[in-house]
Amino acid sequence: MAKLKNTSVGRRGFLKGAAAGAAVSAATLVTPQLTEAQQQGAGRGGRGGGQGGAPQPDGSAIAREDGTARPAPVSRIVENPGSDYMCDVIKALGIEYVSFNPGSSFEGLHESLINYTKNNPEIITCTHEENAVAMAHGYAKACGKPMLALLHGTIGVQHAAMAIYNAYGDRVPIVMIAGVGDTAVPAHTAVDLGAMVRDFVKWDHQPDTLTGVGQALIRAYKLAMTPPMAPVLVTVQAELQMGAMPANRPQVPKFTMPSAPSADLASVRQIAKDLVNATNPRIAAGRVRTQEGMDQLVQLADLLQCPVAGGGDRMTFPNRHPMAGNGAGGAADVILSLEAGGGGGGGRGGAAGGKTIVISTAELLATHNYNINGNGVNGDVYIAADPEATLPALIEEVQKLMTPDKKRLFEDRGKKHAEANRAARATAAEAASVGWNASPVSLARIAAELWPLIKNEDWSYVSPQNFAGNWANRLWDMKKIYHYLGGQGAGGMGYGAPASVGAALANRKNGRISINIQTDGDMNYSPGILWTAAHHRIPLLSIMHNNRGYHQEVMFIARAASIRNRGQENSHIGTRLIDPNIDYAMMAKAYGMYSEGPITDPKDLAPAFKRGIERVKKGEPVMIDVVTQPRG
Amino acid sequence: MLSRSLAAKEIMKKLVFGILAPASALGLLAVSALAQQGDAGRGKKMFVDYSCYACHGFSGQNGPGRRLVPMKMANVAFTAYVRSPGTNQMPSYSAKVLTDAQLADIWAYIKTLPDSPEAKDIPLVQQLKAEAGK
Ligand code: HEC
Ligand SMILES: Cc1ncc(C[n+]2csc(CCOP(=O)(O)OP(=O)(O)O)c2C)c(N)n1
Ligand SMILES: [Mg+2]
Repeated sequence: MAKLKNTSVGRRGFLKGAAAGAAVSAATLVTPQLTEAQQQGAGRGGRGGGQGGAPQPDGSAIAREDGTARPAPVSRIVENPGSDYMCDVIKALGIEYVSFNPGSSFEGLHESLINYTKNNPEIITCTHEENAVAMAHGYAKACGKPMLALLHGTIGVQHAAMAIYNAYGDRVPIVMIAGVGDTAVPAHTAVDLGAMVRDFVKWDHQPDTLTGVGQALIRAYKLAMTPPMAPVLVTVQAELQMGAMPANRPQVPKFTMPSAPSADLASVRQIAKDLVNATNPRIAAGRVRTQEGMDQLVQLADLLQCPVAGGGDRMTFPNRHPMAGNGAGGAADVILSLEAGGGGGGGRGGAAGGKTIVISTAELLATHNYNINGNGVNGDVYIAADPEATLPALIEEVQKLMTPDKKRLFEDRGKKHAEANRAARATAAEAASVGWNASPVSLARIAAELWPLIKNEDWSYVSPQNFAGNWANRLWDMKKIYHYLGGQGAGGMGYGAPASVGAALANRKNGRISINIQTDGDMNYSPGILWTAAHHRIPLLSIMHNNRGYHQEVMFIARAASIRNRGQENSHIGTRLIDPNIDYAMMAKAYGMYSEGPITDPKDLAPAFKRGIERVKKGEPVMIDVVTQPRG
Repeated sequence: MLSRSLAAKEIMKKLVFGILAPASALGLLAVSALAQQGDAGRGKKMFVDYSCYACHGFSGQNGPGRRLVPMKMANVAFTAYVRSPGTNQMPSYSAKVLTDAQLADIWAYIKTLPDSPEAKDIPLVQQLKAEAGK
């Protein structure tokens, strides 16, 4: 084989053979015998390698790898392929987008998506599987439902792994299908394909029949969407996609979404009593799922006149509500902790000496190998249930216990909390003046200049805020569930850029302006996402937070060097993205995106942002490179 | 802003070379005198090389570290603080890593960094503050 590879004659011979329509194996130059199963099922003659035994590497495999292979001639027509049925199920689930980097293990499904369902759901072409999954991650956070990501056998799943892990840590639903049993390249199939990501998906399954694929997809969707939500994986054999549908086309299985688990009434009544009788109750709101959940939380806080700490990750509570914040001093005697802690971070709560009541689905998701949720939140009372599903009953019970005396009392304490929160917000906003004229540009200045341009629009902040100093949270009026979508989930960088594009895809149909404050390190993991945004006309304003480095790590290395008393003058090695500086405006242009920058004078921000927003409103993605201070 | 800091740097350079350069020839005995003034030009490079910028910003006032501008500490107090900040958040810098003279250079550089305008003088910040504090 090595000889064949090294001789141009050999390769030319192979190509000639392939072009002439002969089903060849380049190693032997003889027509392989198709197994019965291949002939009946896959109909992909000439790929070599039987399904049953371990396929041996052969010349056609090598040819595929080095890009010289051509699809084998179609020896048999399959007019009703199994993958058409799979598309019926995918449509029945209401899936609107399918993201993938193409691969032959799901070519059957790919072909059905373009020619059977006519690109509806819409295919989103991704340049990396990590992008395909991270897009689905951002999308689900922006619109509350999963999209589908397709992954190529073995290698595609490997590329996707970190993005799956982030979504799992973030409790975000994604439906994934991986192709398996593609016999073309032995390295691209596995005995147990799901194994490598099994520790960080909620469920995976590999059905044996077409009917089984339909059932598995329905089950996968239900599991993904039932709190605690998480990614799920169905591995689908190539021959079930390529083979003919049975004479009796399988039915799309019945699909009924389970309701989320809620607390029992006795517990709810006790919690209501504890809250109403408390002197200084507080709510630590880690996570709500929908706008209704957020509205209910507002209702509860209004009733109790108690502070709500959002915890910083994702929207749970309007940031300018009088009860938003830590409120006036005094130790809490009761803390209601709602889906707090975990990979999503934030809102941990915990009352020193007081009583902590936890309502969370964290204990319903056993994580294997990876201790994603840490040790969770400890409670004096712990209800394993979805807070949002429990809130309506809790509100009702609190209302029942309210008396005119209580109401007066609560209103009095509410006034103190509201005043403390108001003052804290004003002080936080005032701090934006620090470094106002600095060059490189301060993160506060970016957020400050953006706000007047978007505040009368429908907008969504789609990237993580923590690396940008949380300035939007300090300066912007965030009151909708989609006003901020939170962080990576499991801290995996390379999330920000693709998740922002995914969220912007979800926001597109609402005409919402998506805003991404894009760190440079994150951008460089898989910059092809810029092309995906441009190609699919996904409106998104990306503003580079270009601090020219992996700044988080600069700080860590500086500290380590200090502990060792060795000096910091080498801290830039392995941490900074300088020499040469990366030109992000040129990068975006190369991928077909409008761009400006690098901006170094803060006075240039507002006009550039204005131009950018104009274009985004017309439906384009835009990149504006701003050279920034290292941190907020 | 840039021109302001450059001008300051130039002044500092003149000061340092005009008054102190001959003193450096006197060797170690002169170090403490040097340390009193510092060379802002050299300090600028060390502010970056020794990662001060990482936590205090290139501006000396943006980031997780405390605001260093305007620098109100005297050189001696500054040096003492950097030697042992007494917190885990700010790394300590021993004399092995940065000499007193080098710290004086950094201190001199920080003193050249322009202060921020006051919040009350920035209309946009006033507007944001009023909205946030409603
Ligand atoms: C890893 C982050 C980090 C680095 C690197 C760092 N600092 Fe700091 N620095 C801090 C933090 C945080 C504080 C505030 C500590 C506190 O609040 O107790 C601080 C405080 C200070 C203060 C005290 C300011 C005041 O008004 O109290 C000085 C002076 C200072 N740093 C100088 C420096 C210099 C000079 C360097 C470089 C040689 C440096 N720092 C590098 C994080 C850092
Ligand atoms: C996949 C991955 N690799 C490495 C890290 C370690 N890491 C944490 S923060 C960080 C720096 C990221 O740089 P950038 O996105 O530019 O943010 P900055 O720290 O500069 O604000 C890195 C590399 C990580 N979290 N994830
Ligand atoms: Mg960076």
